[in-house]
Formats: sequence, structure tokens, C-alpha cells
Amino acid sequence: MCDTDTTERRPVIRVVDLVKRFGGRAVLNGINLEVHPGETIVIMGGSGCGKSTLLRHMVASLFGDEGRVELLGQNLNDLNESGLNALRLRFGILFQSGALFNSMTVGENVALPLREHTGLDEQTIDIMVKIKLEQVGLREAADLMPSEISGGMKKRAGLARAISLDPEILFYDEPSAGLDPVTSAEIDQLIMDLSGKLGVTSVVVTHEMDSAFTIADRMAMLDMGRMLKIGPRSEFEALRDGPETGDETGDLIRQFLRGDPEGPITARRLSTGYEEDILATAGE
Amino acid sequence: MAEVENPVRNVRWLDPEKKIVLLEAVGEVDLHRSSAFQKALLEPLSRRPQRMIVDLSGVSYMDSSGVASLVKLLSRVRRDNVDLRLAGLTPRVRSVFEITRLDTVFNLYPDVQEALDS
Ligand SMILES: Nc1ncnc2c1ncn2[C@@H]1O[C@H](COP(=O)(O)OP(=O)(O)OP(=O)(O)O)[C@@H](O)[C@H]1O
Ligand SMILES: [Mg+2]
Repeated sequence: MCDTDTTERRPVIRVVDLVKRFGGRAVLNGINLEVHPGETIVIMGGSGCGKSTLLRHMVASLFGDEGRVELLGQNLNDLNESGLNALRLRFGILFQSGALFNSMTVGENVALPLREHTGLDEQTIDIMVKIKLEQVGLREAADLMPSEISGGMKKRAGLARAISLDPEILFYDEPSAGLDPVTSAEIDQLIMDLSGKLGVTSVVVTHEMDSAFTIADRMAMLDMGRMLKIGPRSEFEALRDGPETGDETGDLIRQFLRGDPEGPITARRLSTGYEEDILATAGE
Repeated sequence: MAEVENPVRNVRWLDPEKKIVLLEAVGEVDLHRSSAFQKALLEPLSRRPQRMIVDLSGVSYMDSSGVASLVKLLSRVRRDNVDLRLAGLTPRVRSVFEITRLDTVFNLYPDVQEALDS
């Protein structure tokens, strides 16, 4: 928190020419992305396009074959394990599943990072756990085991744990997937409060378009390992609400944003050789 | 390791009977400094003040460990019947109280003068 004016204006996250191959196939194929202090950026794209993979590179759990990721001014490729661990204390992650430890109560899950990474006394930690659980509306669930709470509550517990160390950056992978509309709106509100009131920088991967358009300052559309478009929310709104233009990229993004059953995305799927494939299977 | 700076810069008893104590906190109250912060907050209580004012106008950043320290103080002063008043929170620090929903739990005043007068 000793940011001077110069670091305040530097991007918090920079992804530069990032390439990642799995078994020879490029899942990320030259990704560039900058995230600025305090903003919420939403990353969208079809299933399997590489969103989670990109996120995992930003949180130093995967490393690219080419290019680099810089977090809070540091190139992740240059850091050793202790350097990475120090950096990991400065961001929080809400995983797709919530990722709680099943052998611990909800409260113990939230307390864990505080016990492991701070020298705070137990009483202060207990107060902080209560504060975090209240923030996500789960104070009453502190003594329950993960197996005793619903999926939505697990997500919120995961979020309480992700914010236990007051991170500067929060990464969310599908924060509202599988949640009822009210709980999902509550999560959106939390994301916005954390960024609006505390200045936390947020990177959110989501399929939920309502949520995306509610929380995003900027949006990024990923497609087959490439960044199709990055821009302010207003540009994506204009694209969603505007007419078809015949521009392949624009129309593809529009179909995705609207969830239309027909358009460039589905046309692409139809032209992937289903006929030859199934006839070959039939032994033709 | 550099010695941890105490965020409480100044402790002043404002009246001859020593009923009102003013603590002036400065800088950043974060994980590294919250233990020192707690210690300094609890110290004047041994002299049994009636009112304790914590001037937070010089605090540029406070994380939830700092807020937790103040909660700890609050539970102590409630027990000892001390009137705790927090004064001069900057918008950024106030936000931390709001997001943790503690802005209604503490008595907050715009500045020290108001905390003294009301
Ligand atoms: N560890 C891995 N080994 C091999 N292939 C992987 C690995 N992780 C991901 N992939 C592949 O990379 C592609 C992108 O996966 P990723 O999980 O990033 O997609 P996604 O955009 O998050 O999809 P979804 O919206 O379904 O969560 C997929 O084809 C996936 O099978
Ligand atoms: Mg995914």
C-alpha cells in the first residue's frame, strides 16, 4: 500500500503476447491485455476458448510457453517461489467451485490465510473472520461444514476467504454460475462494492451476460485462444444492440452477447466436417 | 527487520481531571502495524478515562486488521463504560467501515471538535 503516483497509473496486470500450448495445440495464441488500477474487467467467450487458462496464468498457477504476465509491476517469469508467494498474498481468487477445505468449518476456511500468513492473535483473527463473513452475508454459517451449505453459500464462503487478506486484486472464475438470480445479483453487488469502495482491481470470467454488463468497466472477448475485442462496456453494449453489419468479428461477438441460436458461431460449428466425420465412423 | 512504526503518534489528556483522552493515529494501519496499533489503543484505558477520542484524520489507509483492532477496543470500552468516539475518517477509511457494515456500530464524528462538543 505504499504506491506512489507513478505506480498508481501503471497497469496492475499486463499480459504480453502470451502463448500456451497443450499437447501442441495453442489454447492461448498471443494474448495481450492490460488491466488498470481499480477497474473491473470482464472476460467472456465460449466454453473451452481459454478463459480459465488465461486466468490461471494471471494468478501464477500456469506459465506460458511464450510471452509474459506482469502483476503489480513484476514479471511472473522472473520470480522464484518465494517471490511468487509474496505476490500471492496481494491477490485473491474465487475459483469456479469455491474450493473450500471440506475438513474445516466455513469460519476456519476464512481464517486459514490469516493464520498462515499473518502474525495476528486469535481474537483479532476471529473478529476479521466475522467481518468477512458478514460482508458476504454468511455470519450465521461460520460453524457449519462445507458439506452442510448450498452451492451459493460455498461461493460466498470462497469469496470471504479470497478477501481475508484485503487483496489488491481479485480474480473471479464464473462467480455466479449455478446461483439463483438473487444470490447472483448479491455477488455482483459485492464485486462492485469491493472495487467501488475499496479500489480493488477485479478480473471476472463469466458467461452471465446480465452480470457482465452490470459489473464491467471494460470487457474482453476471447475466441479460440485469441483476443477478439477489448473495450469499454459501452462499446459492447452498442455492438449488442446494433444491427448486423456483415463484419465477421462484430457479428460473432453480437451473437455471443445476445445468445442468438443462429450466427457466425453456430455457422462455424456446422462447417467442421460433421458429415465426413460421421460417415467415416460408419465405415464408409 | 525495521522496527514497526506505531500508528498512534500522540496521546493527550484534554482536561485537568484526565477524563478525556485523545489519540492521534497517522499513516497506514495494515497487517504489519495493527498489533502496535492495538497495544497503543488499549494502553490509556488503565487510567480509566470517561471518553476516548481516536483521531483518524491522518490515517490514509486502514485494512480490516486495523478495523478489527478498533472492534477489540470497542468491546473493551463497552465493558469499562468508556465513551469511544472515532473522528475525522477520510473517505477511503470510511469506506472500509461501510463495506464491513461497522459504520453503524461505532460512533463516528467528522472531526475532533465535533467529537468533543457533542
Ligand atoms: N491442463 C490442461 N491440459 C490439457 N488441456 C487443457 C488443460 N487445461 C485446459 N485445457 C484445454 O484448453 C482449452 C481451454 O480450456 P479452459 O478451461 O481455459 O476453457 P474455458 O474458456 O474456461 O471454458 P469454460 O467456459 O467451459 O470454463 C480446452 O480445450 C481445454 O480442454
Ligand atoms: Mg472455465
